[in-house]
Amino acid sequence: MVDRIADPWGPRTPYGSGQEWPVRVDTFLDGDLNAEDVDRWVQSASILHSNGDALDIAVRDGRIVGVRGRAVDRVNRGRVDPKDLYGWQANNSPDRLTRPLVREGGRLVETDWDTAMGRIVARSKELLEGPGGWGHFGFYTSGQLFLEEYYTLGVIGKAGLGTPHMDGNTRLCTATAAAALKATFGADGQPGSYADVDHCDAIAIWGHNVAETQTVLWMRMLDRRRGPNPPALLAVDPRSTAVTREADLHLPIRNGTNMALLNGLLREVIQHGWYDEAYVDAHTLGFDELCRTVDGYPPELVADICDIPAADVRRAAELLGGSQRLLSTVLQGFYQSNQATAASCQVNNLHLIRGMIGRPGAGIYQMNGQPTAQNTRETGADGDLPGLRNWDNPEHIAELARLWNVEPEVIPHWAPPTHAMQIFRYAEQGSVKLLWISATNPAVSLPDLSRIRRILRQPELFVVVQDLFLTETAELADVVLPAATWGEKTGTFTNVDRTVHLSEKAVDPPGEARADLDIFLDYARRMDFRDLDGRPLVKWTTPEEAFEAWQECSRGRPCDYTGLTYDRLRGGSGIQWPCNDANPDGTERLYADAVFPTDPAVCETYGQDLDTGAEFLADEYRAKQPGGRAFLHAVEYRPSPEVPDEEHPMLLTTGRTVYQFHTRTKTGRAPQLNSAAPDVWVELNPADAGRLGIAEGDLVGIASPRGAVQARARLSGIRPGVVFLPFHYGWFDQDPADRTPRAANELTITAWDPVSKQPLFKVAAVAVTRLADGGGVPAPAPTVGGSAPAVAGVPATVGGPAAEANSRAGGE
Amino acid sequence: MHLAHYLGLLHRAQVNLADALRQVGASHRDEPDVFHLCHQQAERCDEYAELLQPFAARYAEEAPAEPDRLHSNLFGGARTGGIGLLRDLQDLYLMAAECDICWTVVGQAAYGARDRDLLAVVQRCEGGTAMQLKWLRSRMKQAAPQALVVAD
Repeated sequence: MVDRIADPWGPRTPYGSGQEWPVRVDTFLDGDLNAEDVDRWVQSASILHSNGDALDIAVRDGRIVGVRGRAVDRVNRGRVDPKDLYGWQANNSPDRLTRPLVREGGRLVETDWDTAMGRIVARSKELLEGPGGWGHFGFYTSGQLFLEEYYTLGVIGKAGLGTPHMDGNTRLCTATAAAALKATFGADGQPGSYADVDHCDAIAIWGHNVAETQTVLWMRMLDRRRGPNPPALLAVDPRSTAVTREADLHLPIRNGTNMALLNGLLREVIQHGWYDEAYVDAHTLGFDELCRTVDGYPPELVADICDIPAADVRRAAELLGGSQRLLSTVLQGFYQSNQATAASCQVNNLHLIRGMIGRPGAGIYQMNGQPTAQNTRETGADGDLPGLRNWDNPEHIAELARLWNVEPEVIPHWAPPTHAMQIFRYAEQGSVKLLWISATNPAVSLPDLSRIRRILRQPELFVVVQDLFLTETAELADVVLPAATWGEKTGTFTNVDRTVHLSEKAVDPPGEARADLDIFLDYARRMDFRDLDGRPLVKWTTPEEAFEAWQECSRGRPCDYTGLTYDRLRGGSGIQWPCNDANPDGTERLYADAVFPTDPAVCETYGQDLDTGAEFLADEYRAKQPGGRAFLHAVEYRPSPEVPDEEHPMLLTTGRTVYQFHTRTKTGRAPQLNSAAPDVWVELNPADAGRLGIAEGDLVGIASPRGAVQARARLSGIRPGVVFLPFHYGWFDQDPADRTPRAANELTITAWDPVSKQPLFKVAAVAVTRLADGGGVPAPAPTVGGSAPAVAGVPATVGGPAAEANSRAGGE
Repeated sequence: MHLAHYLGLLHRAQVNLADALRQVGASHRDEPDVFHLCHQQAERCDEYAELLQPFAARYAEEAPAEPDRLHSNLFGGARTGGIGLLRDLQDLYLMAAECDICWTVVGQAAYGARDRDLLAVVQRCEGGTAMQLKWLRSRMKQAAPQALVVAD
């Protein structure tokens, strides 16, 4: 048995280059239950991170009682992340919402579905009257619903109401991944495969704490590192994490300087001739301009901007330039930082100029943070059009209009779909009057929370919240709809490396809670949305029918699902899109043929200026004659919009711990996970702490121009001048009489990347002061991962007997 | 030679645009992208004005008196609100358009004067001005339906 709180990654199963990753099956069952006690195992996949780990849900007496990894699956080969091992217990939580709520006299009171939906529909119909009615509707969804639900929501919004104001919290987590993929390759879609870990000879990890955000992917990397011919490892991160401590080379750069680092690394690679000239000539555009731009970033200048030794810049370039099979992963350290899209594109550039794409071991993961974020992007429930279509291409709009049998004019395509921060701005100004929030908690997760709360409280704004629990956001709603969750409904979702999994209904939802799909379908029915022939616009009633409708929408597009069926997804491994007649078993890697979807008729975007977000027009794009070649984007480094000053002399970065997910709606209700990381903390370098008179466990105040929070100090290996706050902690489980501000986003700046529109969570300037003595009690921070203490004497984080899980190499 | 007058026109147009960008940015602080990008682009205009300064000074030595009605007045202060934002961006667009056409004219003159240094400055800067126009157009396209059709 393994305590997977004390050891989130479990036992090693080492393997060598080119070998198959060994099976290791992880199981956790409630209490003293054994496998024999389980009535049924129901197929599913992880819903608490983006890795897409396949697992089976254990059911006994109509309740979920545990999970077991699926050995047959290509993604995890039986392994389960600790969040999934324990997180399912939230399904059984006694405070689940079981009836709809409506606001009466300032209070939320229980009601029935007819009343709740009736209010939403009445307000909707009222708002739709008159010109521009569409513009009063905003939808803010999630990266945690299912593909079928997103597609249905997309059709309702884009063809029923005709509003461009639809986005997901994916804007906070993966918008830059999508933007960087579109900018470089012409369309969204992850080039790499998780199997690239099996073949690579070097791994570069760019602003990605993979050990805590995708533990199973990290297990795979660790197993390679412990086997024969291990890959070299480079990590870029201002914190000390399990990844940076494992790395051969760690670059703890100053927050907000990714662009300068990448320009410097590309310069070294080019100057030493470590690029593939034939590949560059045949398959890319823009190499000369890239050379001109990066030429201005010699190692000494980069060292100065990033505050790392120039010798380390050279060493990193040697590691990257000497590799024959290079694998890169990119996440929030780039996506939520200064020049997010531009810097992420430089990782693509590195792979393109070295020809490190589309073959085993040579891969890029522009990662997702959430389990179903890829589907939000594909289906058009966020700031994209369904099927990775281009809003500015009239033929793409006509395709959708034919598919849905509506007038093309109904489908909003006069500008890019509205991004989340702009939707909230329209709500603030009063032109968005109905905001429907599903499966996300913006009252804790968006930047500058006091402003977000003010917006959600505006009496003229009708707020609908669809969730499992009375979240901090639901407390501010006019109507709250109780939703079913993972294990209580059926649907599919797609992970980072395009693997599609089916997740089947295992148990009934509690009380009157309903599947999100059924809620959206009920709304469509009550609104009576019709197509041009007077038939219902939304023609499906079950998840499988919704999936089939989506397949038609995806036909011929890069994310082609037409070769998949629910039956094909049952029993075996998940399957990677595109899966169609040409690729009946799915597609392991994109761009093996070095043909990129940049053709003007195919591409998802005509491109943007990475400095300003200015949109290029169709003619300008065609004039570039991309002809299936990828774009090498060259951009100068610019300092962050907010840099430290006298009043706010330190930089704040925010992030996650391995034990919690997002705002803890689920993980905060799983005892093993919650007790491992029960409350907020702030990480400080011992040198800064010494200067400020702060000891481990002391209460510290952190203030920015937006707000202030309090947290107890963890002295850690973070770089000097930088502090870290986990963003998980809202106030749903705090006593209302005793709420001290602790949400990291009280502090963060309202600013976003000009291209991906992803908020900048990694670069707020803050002041840090000691508020009270901790009495020698350490901070409530885990000793595992990024928050590992720099000082001795802090008791190790353990889960004890309640966290003991089975982990069996080789299988059952 | 009248080149100095057009250099002066372009120089002042850049200075005015920088100033207007800062005013519009400050007035629409609640539109964070407008605020940040206006300030970023104002710095770009400062840089262009600085690059033009030595050429304006040099050619001024051989220039006759400045003609009447040389300079334009395209900005009368920033506004507030949704439609105010649209209108302000339109002012910026027209001011950037003046810079844009001035770069063309000055570039042509630089060929005539066989002034390689000036031509290099024009070639370095004209793309940046064109991108400012493109950004303003993109932002206005996004804002127009909500401001003109949807908002009360």
